[in-house]
Amino acid sequence: MEKRNARQTREIVVPGDVLDETGMKPGDNAYVVDGKVRASITGVRNVFQNTVGVIPLKGCYMPKAGDTVIGVINDIGPSNWMVDINAPYPAPLHVSEVPWKVEFGDTSKYLGMGNVVILKILSVDESRKIQVTMKDSGLRRITGGRIVTIPCSKVSRVIGKSGSMISMLKNMTDCRITVGQNGRIWIDGDEENCDVAAEAIAMIENKAQSGNLTDAVKEFIEGRIPQEEGYKEDE
Amino acid sequence: MSGHTDMVLVDENGMRIDGRTAEQHRPIKIEAGVLDNADGSAYVEIGKNKVLAAVYGPRECHPRHLQDPTKAIVQCKYNMETYSVSDRKRPGPDRRSIEISKIISEALEKVVLTELYPRASIDVYIEILQANAGTRCAGLTAASVALADAGIPMRDIVPAIAAGKADGHVLLDLNKEEDNYGQADVPIAIIPSTDEIVLLQMDGNMTREEFDHAIEMAVGACHEVYDLQRDALKRRYSANREEVSE
Repeated sequence: MEKRNARQTREIVVPGDVLDETGMKPGDNAYVVDGKVRASITGVRNVFQNTVGVIPLKGCYMPKAGDTVIGVINDIGPSNWMVDINAPYPAPLHVSEVPWKVEFGDTSKYLGMGNVVILKILSVDESRKIQVTMKDSGLRRITGGRIVTIPCSKVSRVIGKSGSMISMLKNMTDCRITVGQNGRIWIDGDEENCDVAAEAIAMIENKAQSGNLTDAVKEFIEGRIPQEEGYKEDE
Repeated sequence: MSGHTDMVLVDENGMRIDGRTAEQHRPIKIEAGVLDNADGSAYVEIGKNKVLAAVYGPRECHPRHLQDPTKAIVQCKYNMETYSVSDRKRPGPDRRSIEISKIISEALEKVVLTELYPRASIDVYIEILQANAGTRCAGLTAASVALADAGIPMRDIVPAIAAGKADGHVLLDLNKEEDNYGQADVPIAIIPSTDEIVLLQMDGNMTREEFDHAIEMAVGACHEVYDLQRDALKRRYSANREEVSE
């Protein structure tokens, strides 16, 4: 991972704000007019090497190739399923992209309306046509457990730096947790532990912008679930 | 514009009936993110105008025939509440609100980076809770704050304000009496970073010199409105914020 030299300048910017006038390159969510880099979205100013961009604070999920997402089957066709992946665009799942051999017209025997699946985005083209697949390790239909939804801009906080937050959540609550890049999170395990995990995620969502979040969440879970042999950071 | 009155709209000292000078706009209050269920929202008061704007999207565009395969469309719905004016307004879209919806969506389409979301639709709903002249400007001001609040990529925020003429004086931000009994009303909206004009209408008559003066005054006031819009957004997002990390 590249190191980000970003800590110092953390100001909120709104569309049209000048980010830089000294010849830096525009990064994400930024554009240049007359040599001035301006923000194109509401968010936090982010400097990385000689580019300046904006980390969005809000916004809808835009699918990217390679993202793992949690989708709900919306519609069934003779050779595909339509999946709602919480994006502005429909995502068709073709029968050739599922791990089963499906005869033409037999689609509803495998996945029904309202079924929840873990998918991977195969490709997103110029006109935002999406292809998704279920043919990869860990991609499957999920049953049991529960789904919580958070804004997709908060997903990176739930995962934490190189997965620190999510692995702590999994270890401390003893739940199976899968985070979709589209903001849907699947939690499965003991009812009470699930409650704690869901509350912890809600807490991350609400306090996404405060520092030392991992410690605050750890404290919260410790208060709710007594940790038997003590949770070790470097597991 | 059409009515006649014996009322003195501008007195000999250049004072208007609500105590403003010709170059003063009414007090403006802007608040962002007032609604939980919309993706973005804003509430704006300009004098006695009270306007609520909500934004959804980008989302799948329905009906399908309205989709544009190259860019998103901005669909705007301007609606006046039945209780927004002194005599009950007949509910539902009419000629005037259809026109205002169209010009506001066209103004917003100029700033929203629509090409990022082909085939999608961005829906803007503007509700006029109380009207006192200048609601289209208040509506557009609110709508652009709501769009920025929804996290929709856009080049800039659009401020809007009207200028006009009443009692032979060129005035900024007409109120109801000045609008009803005045000679002209010129609403204008700009992109502050470039001073491009995205909305300009004129109802009534003015000389070229008066018009130029009105535009100059309104553009200046637009920049003041813009500062208030930015303030409102920053206030909303800087609450309990310490740090954001990747």
